[in-house]
Amino acid sequence: MQLVQNVPFFSIMLSMIAAFVSPMLGRRAAKWLSVGLAGAVVCLHIWFLPFMAGFEGSYTYMMGHYPAPWGNELRAGLLEAVVALALSAVMLLSELSGMNKLQRQIDPQKQVFFYVMCDLVLAGMLALIYTNDLFTAYVFIEILALSSCALMMARQVGHTMVASMRYMIMSLLGSGLILIAICLTYNLTGHLLMENIHDVIAVYARDGEYALPITVIIGLFIAGIAIKCGVFPFHMWLPDAYGYSTSAASAVLSSVVSKSYFFLLVKIFYRVIGIDVIMSDMALNLMLVLGVLSMILGSIGAIRCLDIRRMVAYSSVSQIGYLFAWVGLGSTIGVAAAMFHLVVHALCKSMLFLSVSPLCDASGDSKRFEDLRGAGYRYVIPGLAFSIGAMSLVGIPILGGFFSKIFFAEAALFGTRWIRVALLASLALSTLLNAFYFMHTVLTLYRKPKDNFVFQPFQKSRLTTATLSAFGIINLFIGFFAKDIIRFITTGIENLA
Amino acid sequence: MNGLLESLWTHFDVTVAILLFGIGFTTLLLHQNLIKKIIGLNIMDTAVFLFLTTQGFITDRSAPILKEGAEAAAGYVNPIPSGLVLTGIVVSVSVTAVMLSLTIRLFRRYHTLEIDSMTLMMKGEGD
Repeated sequence: MQLVQNVPFFSIMLSMIAAFVSPMLGRRAAKWLSVGLAGAVVCLHIWFLPFMAGFEGSYTYMMGHYPAPWGNELRAGLLEAVVALALSAVMLLSELSGMNKLQRQIDPQKQVFFYVMCDLVLAGMLALIYTNDLFTAYVFIEILALSSCALMMARQVGHTMVASMRYMIMSLLGSGLILIAICLTYNLTGHLLMENIHDVIAVYARDGEYALPITVIIGLFIAGIAIKCGVFPFHMWLPDAYGYSTSAASAVLSSVVSKSYFFLLVKIFYRVIGIDVIMSDMALNLMLVLGVLSMILGSIGAIRCLDIRRMVAYSSVSQIGYLFAWVGLGSTIGVAAAMFHLVVHALCKSMLFLSVSPLCDASGDSKRFEDLRGAGYRYVIPGLAFSIGAMSLVGIPILGGFFSKIFFAEAALFGTRWIRVALLASLALSTLLNAFYFMHTVLTLYRKPKDNFVFQPFQKSRLTTATLSAFGIINLFIGFFAKDIIRFITTGIENLA
Repeated sequence: MNGLLESLWTHFDVTVAILLFGIGFTTLLLHQNLIKKIIGLNIMDTAVFLFLTTQGFITDRSAPILKEGAEAAAGYVNPIPSGLVLTGIVVSVSVTAVMLSLTIRLFRRYHTLEIDSMTLMMKGEGD
């Protein structure tokens, strides 16, 4: 065993220790500890990814001295490494870029706790990505839910408080369903480690036993995670929560928290139930329907917004819909496309949230489109960053979003006739709607301000400008590496099964 | 029909758990009052714990604490579900605490416990 193989364990432990130590530190120390932690996790994964790329298959990592059926395990493969690197990079850049705004919006005494919650979110994200134990996953789901609720309401205005109440309620319904699904799985198989469950379910599937309970389990997992990600019928809390909390929190919630839940679902599909059982199961259609509804109705919701942050939030609903629909398609290439989009969307959406907030500062602290006219000239770098992100999500060639759209279209061709038609049509419609609201916003940013616009001086922050430039460069060039990322993801998915 | 009733009766613990879960779920989802919602949440969690515990229970066996002279595993019930329930209870308590503190904050701000009237007032206050 080589030292580099400890990276998953080290990153989780470092995050937990940092979260534990931070409350005892001062505001500045906690802040830099949290940023340093995210930076360290990113560096560890930069070291880890090339190792995993050269490593054949995957490995399990025993926690403590208890072997398989009793102990707790981590498991690392190429897919996990790619997703963990992308999400921890998002975490680092979000904390840096939102730092100045956060200092103005959050009560100074509460800022320590904001960073504690950031550390916990990082720990939860890594644990959900790497865990090989279903019950550990449940515990970290709850840790993520509580800490993201705290991130949401760190900025205390009426909107965020009501939204975090709604979020808690939905989130608890979701965890309740997931817990029942885990109980049923345990009843059926007598195991909690993913590998052991997988073996037992494979035997049941071969003999045709317990078909109905397995369908119920899959349905419960899908419903639970869908509620937690804010897919269409369950999205009521989302626009307020993402639209009014401080920009770093919105970026982390939309790009790190909901993506880790989704990754866990895919992991459950492959590692717990077994992808062959999933693909022949009708519960997967639930996912397809939720995804397609979310894609279209989320975009329509975004068009109706008069407020730029709520628009970006609604666009998250529609983008999560893509992920659900293409995993619901029930083919490996669909899952690969969804995973690629997960990485691209995490990098894009967090940049959009983070660039919106300086643009609003440049427009007299208003989020309304009519006041935002010309903001792209008043504050150049965030304007450019927003334009890059928006164009990428619309699918302008050479940007990351273009490759995920192509990949989506290619994957849709593998469906049966009706699914193919439905997916391609909704992809086209949703792209059209995306283009409409994103391009409208980009044009607004570069239009002449209205006649009675009074310019209010605002503070430009060097840190925000620098991190947004870094974010912009990553998003601009991710398209050039699309081939490699897709190759990594496809190999990773093969190893997952 | 008779068969269904009979199987409901033989698994009456599961039936009770499902009924409780339904009661909790609907209370959490449909009631306007935040305190009632929190009560619903607790009922729902209790139902899940009841379900889990009964699944681990085996008739005529004792609690999974080692006794002198009875070392064979066959003498004890399955300890894992009980362990899961303990973890679940910890989670449920902390979640309830967070929800209650949020409720206090919201009440101080809006002087109501109804989530719909809060939403109305919230819309009126702008950013």
